[in-house]
Amino acid sequence: MTSLRDVLMPGRVLFVGGILILLVPLIPHGETYAMRLATQCALLAILAISWNLVGGLTGYPSFATAAFFGLGAYVGGVLQQMGLPWAIALLAAACAAALLAAPFGFTILRLRGHYFAIASLMLIAILREVTTGWASLTGGGMGLNVPGAASDPETTARFALQSMLGLSAVALASSAFVAKSWVGFGLSCIRMNETAAAGAGIDAALLKTLAFTLSSGLAGAAGAIYASWIGYIDPSDVYDVMWSVRPIVAVLIGGLGTVFGPVIGTLVYIALEEVLWRNILTFGTGALGLLIIALLFFLPSGILPSLRRRYRPA
Amino acid sequence: MSIATFLQVAANGLLLGGLYAAIAAGFSLVWGVLNIVNMLHGSVVVLGSYGAFFAWQRLGLNPFAAAVVIGPCVGVLGWFIQRFVIGRVISAPVLITLVMTFALDLVLNNGMLLAFTADYRKINGATGLAPLRIGTVVLPADRLIATVLAIAGTYTVHIYLHHSRLGRAIVAVRMDKETARLMGVKVERVYAITFALGLTMAGMAGCYLAVVYPISPLASGGYLGIAFTACVLGGLGSVIGAIAGGLLLGLVESFGALAIGSEYSLTVASTILILMLLVRPQGLVGRAGYE
Repeated sequence: MTSLRDVLMPGRVLFVGGILILLVPLIPHGETYAMRLATQCALLAILAISWNLVGGLTGYPSFATAAFFGLGAYVGGVLQQMGLPWAIALLAAACAAALLAAPFGFTILRLRGHYFAIASLMLIAILREVTTGWASLTGGGMGLNVPGAASDPETTARFALQSMLGLSAVALASSAFVAKSWVGFGLSCIRMNETAAAGAGIDAALLKTLAFTLSSGLAGAAGAIYASWIGYIDPSDVYDVMWSVRPIVAVLIGGLGTVFGPVIGTLVYIALEEVLWRNILTFGTGALGLLIIALLFFLPSGILPSLRRRYRPA
Repeated sequence: MSIATFLQVAANGLLLGGLYAAIAAGFSLVWGVLNIVNMLHGSVVVLGSYGAFFAWQRLGLNPFAAAVVIGPCVGVLGWFIQRFVIGRVISAPVLITLVMTFALDLVLNNGMLLAFTADYRKINGATGLAPLRIGTVVLPADRLIATVLAIAGTYTVHIYLHHSRLGRAIVAVRMDKETARLMGVKVERVYAITFALGLTMAGMAGCYLAVVYPISPLASGGYLGIAFTACVLGGLGSVIGAIAGGLLLGLVESFGALAIGSEYSLTVASTILILMLLVRPQGLVGRAGYE
């Protein structure tokens, strides 16, 4: 049952997130590398937490993260280029992603296993082609220049880091809230046995769609922040399937379906990425592949569940 | 649209579709029997293309002849991959096997990028034969041979599955792996052999494609998409289904390009795929799991 600790958890997460945001201005001038790394970390954490809602909690192997990330980046980018303020562009991007995700999710969440995975993967290809084809609005394959939140790069970078931190706190808090609420309970039932869950009176279609919509809205918002942080987006960059795969790997490292697993996994993943394949640039993605294979061989359930098993024997 | 245009577009679609069928058949077989979606498939097709290219460039071998050697070589590689990597997670949830084959794809694709660079290479005039003309319809000779061989090879596999001891064992595992095990079929061996067979077909398809398309590691994603779509269109695990699905996809792309422009060909294919998944997930041909 819901304990007081569970109720307080989202609040604590937001509090810590707020403190981190307030600490950002204290980062000394010129620490570009550290800020870039921190922003990347927060970005991957958002995507990992968002993916975990569908892939971990509900057990549906979605590859659609990149689709909603890219959509958010383009909605945010185009609106900002039209001169709309940054905050409205961000909100619109989240809403656009959620608005597409609700009917699309409702439709394809009827599929199971490989079929769901493929349908979600195809959405990336569709959105990429539509974005490339609609050149009058999006700039097509030439890409799109996105005006940043501020004129100088340093302020933009700080602002991007703060927004990413804020959004990851919101994502983590809502994920903690969902996981402990009746929605999370229903999603876990669906993961274990969907037919039985439906038989016990759980509205599986509604809950799955809810999780998918929330997850996609977060990915869309992250895309919009990414667009104004990077300043230039093109379809092959933001609709890259790696935006779907990296969060999955981060969650697998941390622990599938756990609340804090995605965050821990993200930290480990980014550290590995920096240490390992900054030095072997030409074989970067290949090294990532080898890392994933090793991970699935030697740590199949992820860090958090493995630790729990070790220190809390059932 | 005049009749001449219609016939030419249909012919182009069928020529394209035969190659699609060859790409999809091995993918479909592996999916049906091992219950894994082999994300590695597209890169293996490209690997086959490179094999054909170098055999042609260095040894002067005709790609159609080289396919007979290159296919089985790729297949042996597949046997080892299944035996020592994928086999270890074969009973894990869908997500794990998907991520595993995706990781293998990253390794192979990046390896090819390192070894061969992303530059497009091409085999020009593999046979040097003049195009075949039937009435107003023009059929380029190399394409025609590639398509005919692709369909013939795929159909041979279908015959083999039904008329050999090993083939029957593969079909038995696809229908019901537990019962097959009880009947004395060594399921793990069938898995490894099926994966090897699937990759052999992918490698041979790559050799035929090398005659028609430029070769680059970057093409692998597109081939994987074709395999997905043709496989779902035709029906999972069935070789005949893959042929039907491939031909249909070729026709759809050909006519779709004529109607709304070739830049949206992938969108058309993906939309059809998603609709198909929702309306008739067992494919056009037959019931899931049976042939």
